[in-house]
Amino acid sequence: MAAAATGLVELHDVRKSFEQKEVLCGVSFSLRKGTTLAVMGGSGSGKTVLLRIASGLIRPDAGQVSLFGTRIERMREEAMLALRKRTGFVFQGAALFDSLSVFENVAYPLREHTNMSLGEITDRVHRFLSLVGMPDSDDLLPAELSGGMRRRVGIARALVMEPEVVFFDEPTAGLDPTNARLVAELIATLRAGVCDTAIVVTHDVGFADMIADQMAILYRGRFADLGTPSEIRASSNPDVRRFLAGDLRQD
Amino acid sequence: MSVLAYARRHGRESVAWYGGLGLLALRVMRNLRLPPSYLILVAREIDVIGVRSLVVALTASLFTGMVMALQFAVNLARFGAENYVGPVVALSILRELGPVLTAILVGGKIASGITAELGSMKVTEQIDALRAIGVNYIKKLIVPRLLAALLVFPLVTIMADAIGLLGGMLVVVFDRDVDPYLYWNTISYWVVMKDFLTGLGKSVVFGGLVTLIGCYNGLETDGGTEGLGRSTTDTVVQVAMAVIVSDFFLTKLMLILFW
Repeated sequence: MAAAATGLVELHDVRKSFEQKEVLCGVSFSLRKGTTLAVMGGSGSGKTVLLRIASGLIRPDAGQVSLFGTRIERMREEAMLALRKRTGFVFQGAALFDSLSVFENVAYPLREHTNMSLGEITDRVHRFLSLVGMPDSDDLLPAELSGGMRRRVGIARALVMEPEVVFFDEPTAGLDPTNARLVAELIATLRAGVCDTAIVVTHDVGFADMIADQMAILYRGRFADLGTPSEIRASSNPDVRRFLAGDLRQD
Repeated sequence: MSVLAYARRHGRESVAWYGGLGLLALRVMRNLRLPPSYLILVAREIDVIGVRSLVVALTASLFTGMVMALQFAVNLARFGAENYVGPVVALSILRELGPVLTAILVGGKIASGITAELGSMKVTEQIDALRAIGVNYIKKLIVPRLLAALLVFPLVTIMADAIGLLGGMLVVVFDRDVDPYLYWNTISYWVVMKDFLTGLGKSVVFGGLVTLIGCYNGLETDGGTEGLGRSTTDTVVQVAMAVIVSDFFLTKLMLILFW
């Protein structure tokens, strides 16, 4: 695979359709190390599809996708595994393994990819569970957790391998305001340490403001605008202004 | 929707299904070599598949053997050939009914369970979570089940064959007053190892086929719990059809190769 990219994650003219509906029609961006990009847009605007393409979970119909300088848009699943060990993905519904305890969920990547001893795994898991505010929850099963707690365990599992890039899919969606604020504050705190490079998909402008170095508004399958939070707020693009005013609908 | 449009849509779906199943088989072939830490998963699946299937397979086989013996005892007597009940029952069970019934009953049960489990993981994004972690989900979820099935199906078939023959003997001894030695002697005279081995060969193929169908339908599940129910039902039907249809071609192939 050609290695020509400069950002950790790069998309160039990415297109994706599902049956007759074109969800993405020419999205490009580059994510550099130490940058958090918040991708915003209304429901059904293709934010999650974009995130999954960027992480290699789904393939685009056209365009180029690079992860750590390696083209991945046509890469085999087996070849992707080594790259995925260097990334973390936080799913909207947390996607915890429902037959495993909280401890085992967070320990899972370590057991799969490292030769750490049980003591080292225990220390690392406890460190990350404490980091996300979930100490003393080792033996709980996912079914026993609230939505906010599940989301935090999902974040711990995504970060436990100390990935170079983290993909967050709507980390505050569906949570009550208190839990949403807690998760938002947690991600903002993590940016200073184990999670300095990330793509966060959200429709929450306040949350994006709190965590993002760069913002993009996805509308009609394209970025209506991409820039720093202050640039986005000052944007003259009518679609961006309508989105920030809460008046932008997907067609 | 017109008949033509309906046929076209279903034709397209069928082609996609067979193609997807073939591609999954290829991916499984590429990933057959498991790391040592995954062998415990194979052992767990052998336990799950074996334990879940034994009672069903052996009960069905016992009564099939008994029914076959009853029918052949009555009808062969019309031609004065009642002494051949043993070999006819044995050939029917060893070459066809043992492997086919086991595959349909056990396969339907096991494969629908696999579809439900993998489908549930799919709709709750747990399979995507495995992929995102960098885990080869084919090695983790599919290959152990397939290897277990390739081992368990022939073993269960051997037991089903034995129980079926025993069922036949019970009927001819207690219902037709035939000497059990005559039953076994005629079987050992007329039935050769090839008859047993061709049935066993079929059971290996059936085991692989039904497991692949169960896994594929699970991985292709979408549409939440409704889709999960649909996938599970589809698996039961497709497993039965796959076993019956492939049995014809396997039988023909084995007659060409070994007869």
